[in-house]
Amino acid sequence: MIEAVWALIGDDLPALQIAVPLLAATVCVLVRRPRAAWAVAMLVAWSAFANAAVILHRVLTTGTISYFEGGWPVPWGIELRIDLLNALVLLVVTGICAIVLLAAPRSLAAEVPEEKHYLFYAVYLLCMTGLAGMTVTGDAFNVFVFLEISSLSSYALISQGRTPRALTSAIQYLVMGTLGGTFILLGIGMLYMTTGTLNIVDLASRLAMVGPNRTVLVALACITVGTGIKLALFPLHIWLPNAYTYAPAVVTAFIAATATKVAYYVLVRFVYSIFQVSLAFEVNRLDAVLLPVSIAAMFAGSLVAIYQDDLKRMLAYSSLAQIGYMVLGLALANVNGLTGGLVHIFNHAIMKCGLFLVLAAVLLRTGSTRLSAFAGLGRRMPLTFAAFVVGGLSLIGVPLTVGFVSKWYLVLGALDAGLWPVAVLILASSLLAVVYVWRVVEVGWFAEPPADAPEVAEAPLGLLVPIWILIGATLFFGVFTSLSAGVASAAARMLIGGAA
Amino acid sequence: MTSHVILRVLLKLLIPVIMLFALYVQFHGDYGPGGGFQAGVIFGAGMILYALIFGLEPALRVFSPNVLRTLVAAGVMLYGGVGVATILFGGNFLDYDVLAHDPHHGQHLGILLVELGVGLTVAAVMATIFFTFAGRGRTDA
Repeated sequence: MIEAVWALIGDDLPALQIAVPLLAATVCVLVRRPRAAWAVAMLVAWSAFANAAVILHRVLTTGTISYFEGGWPVPWGIELRIDLLNALVLLVVTGICAIVLLAAPRSLAAEVPEEKHYLFYAVYLLCMTGLAGMTVTGDAFNVFVFLEISSLSSYALISQGRTPRALTSAIQYLVMGTLGGTFILLGIGMLYMTTGTLNIVDLASRLAMVGPNRTVLVALACITVGTGIKLALFPLHIWLPNAYTYAPAVVTAFIAATATKVAYYVLVRFVYSIFQVSLAFEVNRLDAVLLPVSIAAMFAGSLVAIYQDDLKRMLAYSSLAQIGYMVLGLALANVNGLTGGLVHIFNHAIMKCGLFLVLAAVLLRTGSTRLSAFAGLGRRMPLTFAAFVVGGLSLIGVPLTVGFVSKWYLVLGALDAGLWPVAVLILASSLLAVVYVWRVVEVGWFAEPPADAPEVAEAPLGLLVPIWILIGATLFFGVFTSLSAGVASAAARMLIGGAA
Repeated sequence: MTSHVILRVLLKLLIPVIMLFALYVQFHGDYGPGGGFQAGVIFGAGMILYALIFGLEPALRVFSPNVLRTLVAAGVMLYGGVGVATILFGGNFLDYDVLAHDPHHGQHLGILLVELGVGLTVAAVMATIFFTFAGRGRTDA
């Protein structure tokens, strides 16, 4: 029986990766009961994660997977195309979706009215649909469609925050996100104008034949700016701090670890697979723009983070800095640098998601994420706080954590490119991370809680388990890097080698 | 609601025609301009027109929000369900060829069902959005 079903659906896993969460979202709307909707979402998210693992295994053993939607051959039909790069991103996205859902019921109960929970899970699954779709599709216009699905649902998720500020920050994100989406669409339109095709592989080969011209340059600019807004690259980041601060805690953990990562993936895909190194870096000098911008992001994000009182906002600004590292890896345009950028998708997702879940636990127990709420927390919530410390060390880039792995490759990449000042700047910006992490550690371990502070218990198991899965992963993948850095460097070699 | 006699009488004549036209656009979409999205919008506009003239409460009695919400989900489910069905019949996702013995009939059936799903969802979403905004400050203030 199982073998018969597997024979039918075994080849359709890429399509099911998108279709099943979409259908499950409608089931969530129909069942209406919060527990039942959560159970549906859990089942689907964890099977999507397993699906992504099978796909990654298949890509590693048999090479790139190509799937024709509706049976229409390329370049006319829509192709789902999964190579090493998006198999890794897909694993990260679905894994984070599944793990965050573990924490969702406890954390949501404190922040979102119960009658909205079933819709919350429906929208959550829609967001997952969009993110998975952007990742697996091999069609440039399809990227835009799924981008809109994930963006619209993430606006809805963010607006569920407790304060009215959540609504205004969701609107702010909506305006900026629409702007970003429009730029991406313009860029895709210009590529279509020049080449007459939307399939990514076909686009790449035709662009190489067309060669450099003004339209292609403008397309590259539009796509860089559009994805720059979506991934919150430094001067285009203004939506991010508010959205992360005022969204419900689990939403922040989910969005911070997935949405910007997938946007980064889209930028990498366009730059390296479609424009390719020659057009993007040798003819059009994209690195001359992205290199200074990413270094500015590293410093601006970390510097502003130091002065934040609300820890959610602090971690949001720290995300800006981490996004700077990722884009730096892209702009270095060599194998080690790009490996650093790609592995940071994986590494930053698990550590930042873990840290935001720690804040969800603190919010649940103390009712606040301000620095003052952390006073004496090292003794009152030892397990939760220890998780924060490990995650913080990983943000800094201490050896044995995943943060070190990313920075190691970035520094190697900078040295390979002959840019030793950049290597120095990477290390210098890590020192800023020491400052903002230490502030919290100091308050948590060495400050006394105010005398009138209510008694605080350790976080519930529903939150501790996902937190320690993620924080455990930051330690595990800090030592055993064959999955994260191994796949990332193979993907980087594939992209730089010019094979689409 | 005693005023607007002309509008009310005219609309009683027009709304059935509007909805019939929506169905025409829906099912003739295979051959001519049209399809699920356009039909859904026309049908939704019919519902909104009814609510504008006859008031929100009568409209909500006809188009209950619960039913609309179910239709929103059901339309997407029909679309995705066709895709899953094609997989189970041994084809690729949304490969309509396998839906019937003759691939042409399969394509015909597939596009018809998928467009019906689109139409259902679009009509229900249009009406839901309108009723949500129109109902603000009345029910949940």
